[in-house]
Amino acid sequence: MNIVDLLFYFFATLSVGGGVLMVASRHPVSAAMFMIISLVSVAALFVLLEAFFLAILQVLVYGGAVMVLFLFIIMLLDVGPEGGKVSRIKMLSGLAGCLSVGILIILLLQFSGIGEASLENWQPIQDSEEVVGDSLIFSTSLKNFGYGLFTKYMLPIQVAGFLLLAAMVGVIVLSKNANMEKEN
Amino acid sequence: MFDLEMLLMLGLKVLFALLMIGAVMTMAGYSVLAERKVSAWMQGRVGPNRTVLPLVGSIPIVGKFMKGLGIFQPLADGLKFLFKEEMIPGHVNKFYYNLAPIVALVPALTTMTVLPFGEFFTENGESIPLMLANLEVGILFVLAVSSLGVYGIVLAGWSSNSKYPFLGGIRSSAQMISYELAMGLSLLPVFLWVSVPGTGAMGLSLVDIVNSQSQSPWLLFVQPLSALIFLIALFAETNRLPFDMPESETDLVGGFHTEYGGFKFGIFFVAEYAHIVVGSAIFTIVFLGGWHFLPWMSDPWPATWIGSLIGVGWFLAKTIFLIFFFIWIRWTLPRFRYDQVMNLGWTKLLPLALLNLIFYVLLVTWLDQPPA
Repeated sequence: MNIVDLLFYFFATLSVGGGVLMVASRHPVSAAMFMIISLVSVAALFVLLEAFFLAILQVLVYGGAVMVLFLFIIMLLDVGPEGGKVSRIKMLSGLAGCLSVGILIILLLQFSGIGEASLENWQPIQDSEEVVGDSLIFSTSLKNFGYGLFTKYMLPIQVAGFLLLAAMVGVIVLSKNANMEKEN
Repeated sequence: MFDLEMLLMLGLKVLFALLMIGAVMTMAGYSVLAERKVSAWMQGRVGPNRTVLPLVGSIPIVGKFMKGLGIFQPLADGLKFLFKEEMIPGHVNKFYYNLAPIVALVPALTTMTVLPFGEFFTENGESIPLMLANLEVGILFVLAVSSLGVYGIVLAGWSSNSKYPFLGGIRSSAQMISYELAMGLSLLPVFLWVSVPGTGAMGLSLVDIVNSQSQSPWLLFVQPLSALIFLIALFAETNRLPFDMPESETDLVGGFHTEYGGFKFGIFFVAEYAHIVVGSAIFTIVFLGGWHFLPWMSDPWPATWIGSLIGVGWFLAKTIFLIFFFIWIRWTLPRFRYDQVMNLGWTKLLPLALLNLIFYVLLVTWLDQPPA
């Protein structure tokens, strides 16, 4: 066992443990902090895979922006330890939990050699910065992310952008209406 | 598992990291002194000029000069913070109250790992950048890690369980998110400009951006608007006046650190100045040519160890000037009102940064098109 393995187990434990504690903790602020720990340790796992760009995006987007907003809202609304209880629909969340764990187990079984895709069929990833023709070589270098996103995955990007724009316009419309009602 | 060579390398890395932390922390400590001295001079006062070490003070001329400059003041300040009684108010959330200063300091110190501060010439004349880790996406690393620093302020404000710190924390998180956008957008055109196809400069590396500014104009002159937006966003991200919403003394007592005292307050204080030091270094790297001499000129110093020493010194000189600039602005401009800060961020800086980006995208596309 070398140092990379040790670090992997450390951060994997942190990310899974953080996730479990996030669900289990009573206080919304603690839950948010555990979620941050979980997200940052997933970023650390990306670093161990030498996918620095993905790791940094994970920290930048989730750790630095989304969770700050979460904390902001939690603090602004002053949600106490009892705050989370009201909106808990136990049946539905139980069902969703079972479903996702089930999917996870099926995926794990498939990839760990019980299904057709066994470890022997796995190919090592070619790491190269060069793009040959239309074929995309999977690598962690920044250039290949850009190339892939703006050639093969152009349409999904546009659709995602359009969805975000729709959400943004929706937020503006909703918040404007609320304000006008108050003034009247 | 561990052979001697690997152990040596690990030891060297740890030593380098400790040296870097020492350098930045010393600079942060002396920035505090600089703040006090510069503010004193600006207001026609003298500033700290009493503290002295017993033996050094009795050296004929030098000792007196150093005493007058307040060279020993940071030492006394640090010791004072260390030996003060640790007070924890009864109404705070103890765990997060103790956690917050650490969360504030760690990101400020982590960003320095990717800062290049000079170059070293091998015997073949090749230059190797002096830095702890040469990351392909260095600038993104700095943005990502420094955006984590806001948790320290938010947690401090929330866990203090009283209204002024709470307001400070809320303001801080809103302000950070608002100005992060403008900051990121102001850096995009810079990297578009630098990564010209065929020059080898690629990606978001901080070393490439410094090297692209040798013998050519600094990026400050190529992209003045990007530099201005970045500088304003930097002031907001480091919580410096005129953007020090989280701790505006006049309306929030002390803001997020109202309930803190002793060493924990000291850590917040040092974290703020460490942010300033790192921020100044990044502005130097991106817009002021890093360790290169002057715009449009090649370095006059030889490509030996002397040259690399002068280069590091030159880089430090630029950084220290920017730290002075931070202090200068603080004691010149009054504080914005909170709604003015939000207005400036969302309705002025963000559209301006977007326009700037679109302009440079069009320009770079026009410049890069292959000759017909």
